[in-house]
Amino acid sequence: MSIDWEVVIGLEVHCQLLTREKLFCSCPTDFGAPINSNTCPICLGHPGVLPVLNAEAVEFAIRAGLALECQVRERSVFSRKHYFYPDLPKGYQITQYELPILEHGKLFIEPESGAARTIGITRIHMEEDAGKSIHMDTGATLVDLNRAGVPLIEIVSEPEMRSADDAVAYLKALHEVVRYLSVCDGNMEEGSFRCDANVSIRPRGQAKFGTRTEIKNMNTFRGVQRAIEYEISRHIEVIEGGGAIIQETRLWDEGAGRTRSMRGKEDAHDYRYFPEPDLPVLVLDPAQVERLRGTQPELPAAMRKRLVSDYGLSPYDAGVLTAEPVLARYFEAAVAAHRNPKAICNWVTSELLGRVSATAVDACSVTPHGLARLVALIDDATISGKIAKTVFERMMETGRAPDEIVEAEGLRQVTDTSAIEAIVRGVIEANPVQVSGYRSGKVGLKGFLVGQVMKQSGGKANPGLVNELLDRLLGEG
Amino acid sequence: MDVTTLTLIELRDALRSGTVTSVEATRAYLNRITAHDDAIGAYLTVDAEGALAQAAAIDAARAAGQSAGALAGVPMGLKDIFLTKGLRTTCASKVLEDFVPIYDATVVERLRAAGVVVIGKLNMDEFAMGSSTENSAFKKTHNPWDIERTPGGSSGGSSAAVAARLTPGTLGTDTGGSIRQPAALCGIVGLKPTWGRVSRFGVIAFASSLDQVGPMGRTVRDVALLEEVIAGYDPRDSTSSQREVPTGLADLPRGADLRGLRVGLPREYFPESGLDPQVSSAVYAAVEQLKALGAEVKPVSLPHSPLGVAAYYLVATAEASSNLARYDGVRYGHRAKADDLYGLYARSRGEGFGLEVKRRIMLGTFALSAGYYEAYYRKAGQVRTLILRDFEAAFSEVDVIATPTSPTTAFKLGERMDDPLQMYLADIFTISCNLAGLPGLSLPCGFDNRGLPIGLQLLGRAFDEPTLLRVGAAYEDATTWHTRAPAEPFVARAGGAA
Amino acid sequence: MESARHLFDGDETVRRIARLARLELDDATLELLRRQLGDILGYVEQLDAVDTTGVEPLAAAGEQTRLREDGLRIALDPGAHVRNAPDHSTGAFRVPKVL
Repeated sequence: MSIDWEVVIGLEVHCQLLTREKLFCSCPTDFGAPINSNTCPICLGHPGVLPVLNAEAVEFAIRAGLALECQVRERSVFSRKHYFYPDLPKGYQITQYELPILEHGKLFIEPESGAARTIGITRIHMEEDAGKSIHMDTGATLVDLNRAGVPLIEIVSEPEMRSADDAVAYLKALHEVVRYLSVCDGNMEEGSFRCDANVSIRPRGQAKFGTRTEIKNMNTFRGVQRAIEYEISRHIEVIEGGGAIIQETRLWDEGAGRTRSMRGKEDAHDYRYFPEPDLPVLVLDPAQVERLRGTQPELPAAMRKRLVSDYGLSPYDAGVLTAEPVLARYFEAAVAAHRNPKAICNWVTSELLGRVSATAVDACSVTPHGLARLVALIDDATISGKIAKTVFERMMETGRAPDEIVEAEGLRQVTDTSAIEAIVRGVIEANPVQVSGYRSGKVGLKGFLVGQVMKQSGGKANPGLVNELLDRLLGEG
Repeated sequence: MDVTTLTLIELRDALRSGTVTSVEATRAYLNRITAHDDAIGAYLTVDAEGALAQAAAIDAARAAGQSAGALAGVPMGLKDIFLTKGLRTTCASKVLEDFVPIYDATVVERLRAAGVVVIGKLNMDEFAMGSSTENSAFKKTHNPWDIERTPGGSSGGSSAAVAARLTPGTLGTDTGGSIRQPAALCGIVGLKPTWGRVSRFGVIAFASSLDQVGPMGRTVRDVALLEEVIAGYDPRDSTSSQREVPTGLADLPRGADLRGLRVGLPREYFPESGLDPQVSSAVYAAVEQLKALGAEVKPVSLPHSPLGVAAYYLVATAEASSNLARYDGVRYGHRAKADDLYGLYARSRGEGFGLEVKRRIMLGTFALSAGYYEAYYRKAGQVRTLILRDFEAAFSEVDVIATPTSPTTAFKLGERMDDPLQMYLADIFTISCNLAGLPGLSLPCGFDNRGLPIGLQLLGRAFDEPTLLRVGAAYEDATTWHTRAPAEPFVARAGGAA
Repeated sequence: MESARHLFDGDETVRRIARLARLELDDATLELLRRQLGDILGYVEQLDAVDTTGVEPLAAAGEQTRLREDGLRIALDPGAHVRNAPDHSTGAFRVPKVL
């Protein structure tokens, strides 16, 4: 009979900050620049160089910490972490060890399975990224230091997750927060959002933690899911088979669907941390922290709540609209221009997202104002919903304003009752078979008649009026 | 007129008045280097072509009426620890034997902006680790007063060059005494400013929390002028102080008295044993001179001083082991043949670093290692605080503290190489000031019976370089030690056992 | 604090430290350093006797927090970053393969 195992998972996430410059020097941080073009003596680790802290990076770190409800440490200290590797130019990384800038936060997660709840965040600290090693088939390794010195925040969770679902939910929630704050672009493929997982198991009810292993190299949410599930099974199999888990770092092999031990590839690390003598203590101005707190952008979870309670949208729609920060901002801008959130929501989720991806709405030729105007034109009966779809197409193609298109193409809805009545009478006269069929109970034929009227009017008759008039005139006969 | 006999200030004035051109002054120094540096071994690199081109440019600018900097046209050698863009900088190590910097140190930028002509790079102990310049990977430097003796270290090439008139003045670095001790052993003036007073950007790091750049020269006023040019906030150095540099550091009126000055003599710096009696009597005589100028002299105590060497050799080696981790042969520096990465690192570093450097890296690595950090590095940091508190207490009673700079005069080459601890104890009087981050000045105050120079050390409050320089100038004006130069040709003179 | 100098009585510690510091040392040097490091550690042990209860280690850089304004970039001449490189290819630094 197998034991009732409890899984214990903690996650460490490294986020590259979207600052203009590197953490300790003024080199640019753009991804994909030519090899070693974003370097200077400081990030190359030349003799004699000294670090100077980037103010923007501090601000971004604080914003992330405030969004995750952390306590801001007024005094935090940078430390050196030593190890030898070709992509670490100084032979040490400048990080924060004993006294990180942020601590004791939390993040609300809603896992696929398992209870929705908050997960504690132990700490967030600032550190510099290392460069990139490119391993060649020739047996050599090439080193590109463009990434060396790029600012990172490392977000460490409490070991409070209990399943792979929990872990993925946490990651997705965290991913959303940092992108909404514009402190990190969350691009897992490019490596700007990297996750390591610490996994262990213990018999349920036992207080002592089991031996944990660390998993690296998970590059997608799906990969995280699979890797953690695999590792949990592996732990169970080993322990139930009478063996013991070795504390080690393992790499996820996406292709093979398994983790592999890194043992033998590196000596046990003695990082020899000590406070960075080239940097003063980081003392934050409480007024600056309060200013940042007061100017935090709205976070997605709060926004979803508001869309449901204030605008009456469904939770599903609220979820779609907030999936990407640019989309959320697009929606809000449209609603600000014309307050019909439900209609705007429908247009965004069906028509707009049917043609443009959520991340590309900023570049779309239909602007939030344009979309809002389109909905306004429907609401004041200038055009029908159906015609509006045509106008929308034109807006996509040409980028012109909806009013312009309506005028230029004569798409104004016909609301003149007598004009429509004339068409309706004409259609009734011209289609006696369908008319008598409808009158004898085949109610489906009304659609045909409506269609005929719309066709006659070039699609411009107000559908509501058409229905009303048809009902009246058909009822009369 | 032999321009090399002029002090730095006199030379600067002669250049200003047109009495001599920069090309003439530069040639004069280059000629002396050619004539004498085989015997002294002060220079590792001499850039005659580059120097003459710089000098010519400055002469042309002056002739065209452009305004000239505070040191315009003055030729100068610099300790090979300062990065000079385009000019080989080795730190006296095989690791950097062929290294050509891609940027200038801030202090080099400031000297160049003041019009200094860089003529070459001066020998030192490898990575500034040593007290005799014998740890240089390339050559020994000989003390001009007796070439069988060391000039001190680690700025031994600098002090020897000033004393032998192979440069009118220069910059050194001081981590545990490396400006002051060689200055004392060579009979010149050396200033270690307060930590943070002068930028460390572009200075090859040994121990970050202790290293400081400072001027060396033949007179106190020369040193003060250099300090004025290099001191002050640098945005590239987060630890450089934003405190204003007092103007007129070099305006030191002649023949000033020292009335109102309180001078402290710490009993711990005048021990019964371990201090050459000729050194102590010269220092006592110097203190009498200060009294004669009006100073009040009082005993003080710095009780934690005897712990200085122990604390230093934990802090400095730990920081050095960290700062030297970058020398791995990957991006620059010596690279050994190796099939794998571990071998690349271990062999490159094993081949590149000298024995003293290795010794300190090992000690420092141990002091930071897991399980020992608290008891060693951190403990030493706590002792530093106690040492600083001693000074603060003393400075509530006195304005400067006077001590010998070095417990002995210049010792013979090879004499201390087998016993590292013996060598470390050479720094015993200079080291506490680095640990506390305070300024210290060494100036000549006599000679022993072998004709070897003796140095007086003055220690001051944080950022109180003006007082140190004022006291130094007053003492210098009342004495003539600084006017004595070693005889030429430079040969072994002192003779006899150490 | 236990005396650490005895860690240098055998050669295990000195070899471990040499490895940690990436220093390839021949046997003679290893033995010399083993002995000397033991002596030096014996000397620095005098710090143990000092009462440092409640004393903070000296933070030389203090609390004068220094934040960098943008734009302090050190412009490099083209190719400068590999000027001193022992081995480089296509602008990247090249090293033997990491096993």
